[in-house]
Amino acid sequence: MLETYSSTGRRLDPVREMRRAQSDLNRFFGGLRFFPRPEFPLVNLWASTDGVIVTAEVPGVSPDDLDVAVHQNTVALRGTRNPEPLGEGVTVQRQERSKGQFSRNVVLPFRVDAERVSARFDRGVLTLELPRPEADKPHHIKVARA
Amino acid sequence: MSEPATSTAVSQSSAGQPTEASANQQAEPTFIPPTDIIETEQAIRMLLDMPGADPGTLDVTLERRVLTVSAHSISTAPQGYSLLYAEFRDGNYERRFVLSDEIDGDRIEAVLKDGVLRMTLPKASPSPAKKIPVKSD
Repeated sequence: MLETYSSTGRRLDPVREMRRAQSDLNRFFGGLRFFPRPEFPLVNLWASTDGVIVTAEVPGVSPDDLDVAVHQNTVALRGTRNPEPLGEGVTVQRQERSKGQFSRNVVLPFRVDAERVSARFDRGVLTLELPRPEADKPHHIKVARA
Repeated sequence: MSEPATSTAVSQSSAGQPTEASANQQAEPTFIPPTDIIETEQAIRMLLDMPGADPGTLDVTLERRVLTVSAHSISTAPQGYSLLYAEFRDGNYERRFVLSDEIDGDRIEAVLKDGVLRMTLPKASPSPAKKIPVKSD
């Protein structure tokens, strides 16, 4: 999906500097690359006893092109990033943004109530709120002295 | 990515390196937004992926031939939840481009929509060739 890779975007990457050094070397040695393509979309997972929140970076994807499917403890994100239409006589000088179809599955730490899932899209970030079914929530048990 | 040696409309300067955390407080990291650059005869079109960028903090500056784009991202951290797994984090976006063409700075259009900044930079009309009269003694 991603034709070119460079250390762009706000991916959490402790070895970014190393990769940058590597890419500088690769440029020097003719553009050989050894690192994997970054995933799309990037996902953060937040959890509490009541449920899970999944945030995903989907810049430039209209909400209509996003397909979110929830099954038990799995969230499937699918969609298409439409490439920028190019007219006649244009020159592409740089192409770093990924395009095309994407698909990611996120496995949650517990089952969620698919009926009550809410999805929000704001400024290129998709936020999914996945509450836990009431029956699945942890019960507090009072400990009595014998 | 191979850099074409000739006729590059826009080149990236060494700006946008992740900033080092200061001694005591943890500084927010700076990210380089992935960018597409499309050049036509009349203009340069740029698309920058800046998911979560706050339009209020977005700053586009053209100084001579250096175009600087910066923005701060809005935090996505929900209340009452703890981070379980992370692939991205909040921070600042910054990228600097050196333009090889003269740009009409008054007619730059920039629109931030769905986390993508779209800019159209119209090329300035070329000034007519100037003839320099040579005086001879």
